[in-house]
Amino acid sequence: MDFTTQLLIAAISAGTPLLLATLGGILNERAGIIQLGAEGLMLMGAVTTCIIYIRSGSLLLALLAAVAVTALLGLVHSFLTVTLRANQTMSGLAMTLFGSGLSAYLGKSISGLPLPGTSPKLDLGWVKSVPVIGDLFGRLDYLTWFSLLLVLVLHLLIHHTSWGLHLRAVGDSPATADVMGIRVQLIRYSYVTAGAALIGLAGADMVLAYAPTWNEGLTAGRGWIAVGLVIFARWNPLRALFCAYFFGALDSLGFRLQLLGSAIPPYFLKMIPYVVTILVLMYLGYRNRNKPSGTPESLGTPYIREQRF
Amino acid sequence: MSPKNISNAAVLDPVPAKPGNRSKLRLEYDSSRTRSPWWTPVLSVILALLLCAVFIAANGMSPVVVYEKMFRGAFGTSYGLTETMVKAIPLLLCGLGIAVAYRISVWNIGAEGQLTVGAMAATAVTIYFPDLPSFWSISLMLVFGTAAGALWGLMTAIPRTHFGVNELITSLMLNYVALLALDYVVFGPWKDPKGFNFPGSPMFTAAQSLPVLGTTRLHIGLIFGLVAVAIYYLMIKFTRWGYELRLIGANPTAARYAGIHIKRHIIVVMLISGGLAGIAGMAEVSGVTHKLMQGISPGYGYTAIIVAWLAKLNPLGLIVTSILFGGLIVGGYSVQTIGLPSSISEMLQGSILFFLIAGDMIHRFRFRRSA
Repeated sequence: MDFTTQLLIAAISAGTPLLLATLGGILNERAGIIQLGAEGLMLMGAVTTCIIYIRSGSLLLALLAAVAVTALLGLVHSFLTVTLRANQTMSGLAMTLFGSGLSAYLGKSISGLPLPGTSPKLDLGWVKSVPVIGDLFGRLDYLTWFSLLLVLVLHLLIHHTSWGLHLRAVGDSPATADVMGIRVQLIRYSYVTAGAALIGLAGADMVLAYAPTWNEGLTAGRGWIAVGLVIFARWNPLRALFCAYFFGALDSLGFRLQLLGSAIPPYFLKMIPYVVTILVLMYLGYRNRNKPSGTPESLGTPYIREQRF
Repeated sequence: MSPKNISNAAVLDPVPAKPGNRSKLRLEYDSSRTRSPWWTPVLSVILALLLCAVFIAANGMSPVVVYEKMFRGAFGTSYGLTETMVKAIPLLLCGLGIAVAYRISVWNIGAEGQLTVGAMAATAVTIYFPDLPSFWSISLMLVFGTAAGALWGLMTAIPRTHFGVNELITSLMLNYVALLALDYVVFGPWKDPKGFNFPGSPMFTAAQSLPVLGTTRLHIGLIFGLVAVAIYYLMIKFTRWGYELRLIGANPTAARYAGIHIKRHIIVVMLISGGLAGIAGMAEVSGVTHKLMQGISPGYGYTAIIVAWLAKLNPLGLIVTSILFGGLIVGGYSVQTIGLPSSISEMLQGSILFFLIAGDMIHRFRFRRSA
């Protein structure tokens, strides 16, 4: 395999958790709720997966637990932001702080222990023989296939179904949606919870397919990069795919360059994803300064129906 | 009148005046109640302690024993008390910086990185000007530390004001950049050649260290913090600048129409915010660790967010909450002796913030009797 193919494979591997977290973020923000707790949710997803997988040996149980725990946290976030109308920024920060503290606390006993296995791979016999495609898609794991399928499903859901129309209405103009008889609170609750569960799954994918052991703070800011990716992707699942893989490539580029014996110290190579995030956001902000950015219009503002609920 | 018309009238009339109609209790939201009562922070701390007690109990420990251990470790001995104060200094400085920014809804979560670059810049002074006399060395370290922190703050402010980039993401990304830069210097160019290959800069000389109180580790950085709080209080209360900040905080749209340059305020506020965190970093290396190394901050920048929020951005409240959270960090260390991870204090911090923001909103709801 040549360098480019290797880099592409690494991009998909490193990009899948980013993709899942970005899709979760898109669901949250399409409903009009900012989710800044992605980092904490990913950590909670990762630590739950590790604990349950090591203790029970069942991958399915571990994944279900990760989804359940983070969905529960998503429910807390939606209770705070939808029902209580709390500050969404602060609620997300609280989620990140709580998630990183709790995951470090819970994960102490299994820190550094290897997982019983990684995410199983789907062996596509006939595809493997095709030159480049085979190397890329021949042995992807189930979670990666799931994330690819999810991109398609979410794209169709958001842009081509009436559910998606309702979702977009709630994110853009909850008051109008309410008048039209759409249950704003219910939709916000469901999508925030589902989005949080997806971000939790991203954490699970991090430990299953990327770094197969629990370490404190293992996500190293990937949750925050996903928050940025939601903006790059302009709240669009198809774009999210390309953005996540681009950042996956950046993430592994540093590592690959190091292996090739680059003269740049590894610390600077590791800075690349963070610096590029800032630069890309600045570029997008500059380019879209006079254009609508695609942000759901009532993102971040709580909906208050006049005194009746 | 046909029966149909009667039913229509009943619909149009908002309160059907039927005799014997029971009044109902209804939960209503009153957005005018913006000032939350004094007891919400106290209640949040209590509820957070209860929530974390569940996790401690699940770990097979008695929450009472653990909390008592934490409290004694932090406030029970004179050593614990001065250690708590030592930890409170960076929290106070960073928290103050964060509070200034939050006044105008600039969500700076980059205090961790700003503190780190402040510490690096102060160390640069000791590396490149090793033989300065005490006064000049300390002053130069203070200036460099502040400037580096302010520069890091500016790197968050410019994308926000000129490119419309959310400062949360920028400031957080810069935290990771700063921590990686710290790794680079302590493993690379600034590594102590006599340090047995341990990552860290050479020890500071006495001339490069902040004076301490007696034989304790409590250093003069405390004075920096208290002076900064006093200046903040006076500036917010009595200057035009403070008035404008309060105005933007209360109503940004009105402030813009009143001709206040919000962009300029954002930049100034981020310079101050970063500068204060930079001072905290300088005080940490020069007053506590006496050398630059990995992990100079156990998350002071993040804890300071809660310190500022819990104090409701009030300067006197900041002093109280930073001591409380200093105690929480020291208490977290002291439970390690009974086999619990110190991340218990992080967990407590996160849950305090959860209950705090919930409490701020819950009191806006009230029951009202509807006819």
